[in-house]
Amino acid sequence: MVVRSPLGRARGMGSAKHGVGHFIAQRVTAAALVVLVFWAVLSALNLARGGYDEAVDWLHSPVNAGLAVLLALAAFWHMQLGMRTIIEDYFARPATKAVCLVLNVFVCFGGGALTIIALLKVALGGGGVSV
Amino acid sequence: MADASRGPRPRPTSPSVWIWRWHVTMVASIAHRASGVALYGGALILMLFAVSLASGPDGYAAFKGLMGSIPGKVVLFGLTLSAFYHMANGVRHLTWDAGAGFEPKTADMTAWVAFAFGLVMSVGVWVLAAMTGAL
Repeated sequence: MVVRSPLGRARGMGSAKHGVGHFIAQRVTAAALVVLVFWAVLSALNLARGGYDEAVDWLHSPVNAGLAVLLALAAFWHMQLGMRTIIEDYFARPATKAVCLVLNVFVCFGGGALTIIALLKVALGGGGVSV
Repeated sequence: MADASRGPRPRPTSPSVWIWRWHVTMVASIAHRASGVALYGGALILMLFAVSLASGPDGYAAFKGLMGSIPGKVVLFGLTLSAFYHMANGVRHLTWDAGAGFEPKTADMTAWVAFAFGLVMSVGVWVLAAMTGAL
C-alpha cells in the first residue's frame, strides 16, 4: 500500500524551478541563430568560391571571426539543449538516459571548444590584412 | 479532490502514431525534431571546416573536396533545407511562447508557411550559389 499523498509523490519528482534557465537559454540562442545562420549561409557562398588563402583572409577580419565564434557558441549551446529534450523524451531507463545526457554534453562542449579554438587559431594567426 | 485518498488516476495515454490521422501541425512538429537532429550533424561539419582550416592548405583542400563532391553537395543541400525549415518553425515556436498563433487554422497555416520558407530559401540559396560560381 502506498501511504504517500499525491502531493508528496509529486514532491519526489524534483524541483520545477530549474527548467526556466533551459527555456530562456534555448530561446535566446534561437534568436541569435536566426541572424547568425543568414550570415553563415552568405559567408559559405563566398568561401565556396575561394580556396585556402581566401578563407584565411576572411577569418582575419575581426567581424567575421567574432561572428563565427558567436555562431559556434550559439549553435553548440542550442543543440545541446535541444538534444537534451529529445533524450529526456525518448529514453525511459534512468541509466541509459544519464549516459546519453552526459555524452551529449561531451559532444557539444567538446565540439564547440574545438571549433572555437580552431577559429581563433586562424583568426589570430597573423599575416592577413583585410578588415 | 474527492479521489485524492485513492491515489492518482491512471494517466491518459497518447494515441499511437499508426492510428492517428496525420495532420500538418503534427508533421511540422516531427520535422522540427528531425531537422534539429540533422543540424546536430551539420554543426560537426562547421567543426570540420574550422579544424581543417587551422590545419593548413592540405587539410582545407581535403575538406573542400569532400564538401564539393556529389554526396557532399547532397548532404549540404539537406542541411540547407533543415536549417531554413528549423529556423522558420523555431520562429513559429517563439510566437507561441508570446501567446499568439494557437488557433487551429493559424497553426495549420504557419506550418505550411514554415515548410514553404524552408523549400523556397534552400532552392534560392542554391540557385544563387550556381549563379555566383560557388558550386
